[in-house]
Amino acid sequence: MAEPVLDIRNLSVNYLTPRGTVKALRRINLQVPSAKVVGLVGESGCGKSTLISTVIRLMAENARVAAGEIRFTGKDMQQLSPRDLRAIRGRDMSMVFQDPMTALNPVFTVGRQMADIQYRDAVSRKEKLKRASDMLSLVGIPDAVSRLDNYPHHFSGGMRQRITIAMALLVQPKLLIADEPTTALDATLEVQIIRLLKALQADFQCAILFISHHLNVIAELCDFVGVMYAGELVEKGSVRDIFHRPGHPYTRALLECDPSVIAEPTRFLPTIPGEIPSLIDLPEGCIFHDRCPRAAQVCKKTPPPEVSLAEHHTVACHCLEV
Amino acid sequence: MLFYLLKRVGLAVVIVVVAVVLLYSMIHVVPGDPASVILGPRATPEMKQELHELMGLDRPFVVQVVSFLGKVARGDLGMDFFSQRPVAQIVFKQLDETLVLVLASIGWAMLLGIPLGCYSAVFRNTFSDKLVGFFSIGVIAVPSFVVALYSLLLFAVTLKWLPAIGAGESGQYMDQLRHLILPAFAIGLGWVGYIARLVRASMLEVLNENHIRRARAFGLPEHMIVFQYALKLAILPTITLLGTGIGRLISSAVFAEIVFARPGIGKLIFDSVVSRNYPLVMGAVLVSTVLFVLSTTVSDSVNAMLDPRVRERL
Ligand SMILES: Nc1ncnc2c1ncn2[C@@H]1O[C@H](COP(=O)(O)OP(=O)(O)OP(=O)(O)O)[C@@H](O)[C@H]1O
Ligand SMILES: [Mg+2]
Repeated sequence: MAEPVLDIRNLSVNYLTPRGTVKALRRINLQVPSAKVVGLVGESGCGKSTLISTVIRLMAENARVAAGEIRFTGKDMQQLSPRDLRAIRGRDMSMVFQDPMTALNPVFTVGRQMADIQYRDAVSRKEKLKRASDMLSLVGIPDAVSRLDNYPHHFSGGMRQRITIAMALLVQPKLLIADEPTTALDATLEVQIIRLLKALQADFQCAILFISHHLNVIAELCDFVGVMYAGELVEKGSVRDIFHRPGHPYTRALLECDPSVIAEPTRFLPTIPGEIPSLIDLPEGCIFHDRCPRAAQVCKKTPPPEVSLAEHHTVACHCLEV
Repeated sequence: MLFYLLKRVGLAVVIVVVAVVLLYSMIHVVPGDPASVILGPRATPEMKQELHELMGLDRPFVVQVVSFLGKVARGDLGMDFFSQRPVAQIVFKQLDETLVLVLASIGWAMLLGIPLGCYSAVFRNTFSDKLVGFFSIGVIAVPSFVVALYSLLLFAVTLKWLPAIGAGESGQYMDQLRHLILPAFAIGLGWVGYIARLVRASMLEVLNENHIRRARAFGLPEHMIVFQYALKLAILPTITLLGTGIGRLISSAVFAEIVFARPGIGKLIFDSVVSRNYPLVMGAVLVSTVLFVLSTTVSDSVNAMLDPRVRERL
């Protein structure tokens, strides 16, 4: 396989808080091959947003990279100067943030904001606005040309989400990072946007790192999937491997709990029993052991090894050792 | 925007009318007969009666207020009984001087305070931020008449760089400008601190907002993020403050006007209060009230121009 666009190696990130050090990410290894779509799933609070804000180096002030390395198109992101970083952001790498309601500046028109992100291009303002309205039409904003003069608060949440997606696509990046870009949308629209992303991705040949709670969205869009739990990447593999041959008990539980795959109607939605462990006082052994139906004695004592089940398919679990 | 302006100006007119009525009632309802005050202790009852009729004080209160409002609307603020000149003429003669002083003071304070605030916010918690903070608190704490006195002593008396008193020969702009520097410095200095603090605080808040992170994620240059994307939002509270600030300054420039012996509204109000010249007090207070309302109207409109959400709300 050619060199991946994004190569995250052994990444650990802490948040310094008055209550103690929150070990938000621990020893993450993840690769995004060029022109492929990698999905990231996991419960709320498992560190997905932390991971991508570390990748683009826009972290919270109290965040510290404790260990590891992030390589983007071969460059070590930790070593880049602010100027080199700026040259990458919005050109080779672009991002759709999680909260669409606050992602746009409230006192500038959408057209202005979409023209400004093309500030590097030596084309006329008219041309920039034309590109902007074309992209808005593509993501399904009706009447795009006249809506360029509107301010963000004139758009609904779903429309704002589509505007932020349009902005991220507008710069034709090598890597698009999207943090739950479709969560604010209704189901039909979500499917539309996902199909659109897939089509555009094939057109532009960009890689996508895609975060979502919705497993069906991941299944539809992605080539590879990473499953995160409490700050660790517990399993990764191709979409087929993860959905048809899940190795980790957490992945299985996640798949069983997904409402869209439940075959028989039940009164109660199934859930995973137990709670996420505290990220300040981490339990010994496997991070998932106190919720795991198959936990053995060894799981409480020693961290699990990475077991490779197939090419690209690895699972961090004791129970799979042969 | 036009709709916003119409509504906002309508509101301003209502405020002025209410203020005029309150002002008129305040002076005329309080115990003490204005006529006796004007005429002094040796006035005869006939003289008082005559003045009462002249001032319309014998008519019912409501009629008095309405006729007063009517006159005000026509620009007639009454007669000054001491100098026998129309109040409006006296007040407006002083107004130019005060307006120039206030606008010059706020102007330089904005030119310095806004960049200082931005700088502090961008380099927060560094040594230079703390230095700016220290300077700001310092100049806010010192009363402007103290600054006025000391700058007068230093630059006018000791160094003799700038003239000490007066507003300069009318028509000679360089001379007027030289006379303006020290008073404008004295009044504006505290405002530099105010503006810097306020801009810093709101800038820090805005820089933490999600859309700024998004702008950074697109690699926008830092100066564009700070001076366009963030400042347009961070400046809004400052403009509101300046709206009320300029209005208040117009009547409270009195310190600097007295210290530098400049003519002006502040000094006029001060002198006429000292001499119990009610028509003149009323005229001057009325004009400064109108200016106050005017300056808040202007600042609200500027905010509405900057922020589409404001102009669609009112
Ligand atoms: N600035 C911060 N200071 C301290 N702890 C933080 C900070 N930001 C996030 N955390 C903690 O780090 C963990 C991971 O947070 P993160 O926002 O990355 O989760 P997430 O997977 O994106 O969740 P969601 O799906 O809800 O967006 C959480 O436990 C959160 O409480
Ligand atoms: Mg998140």
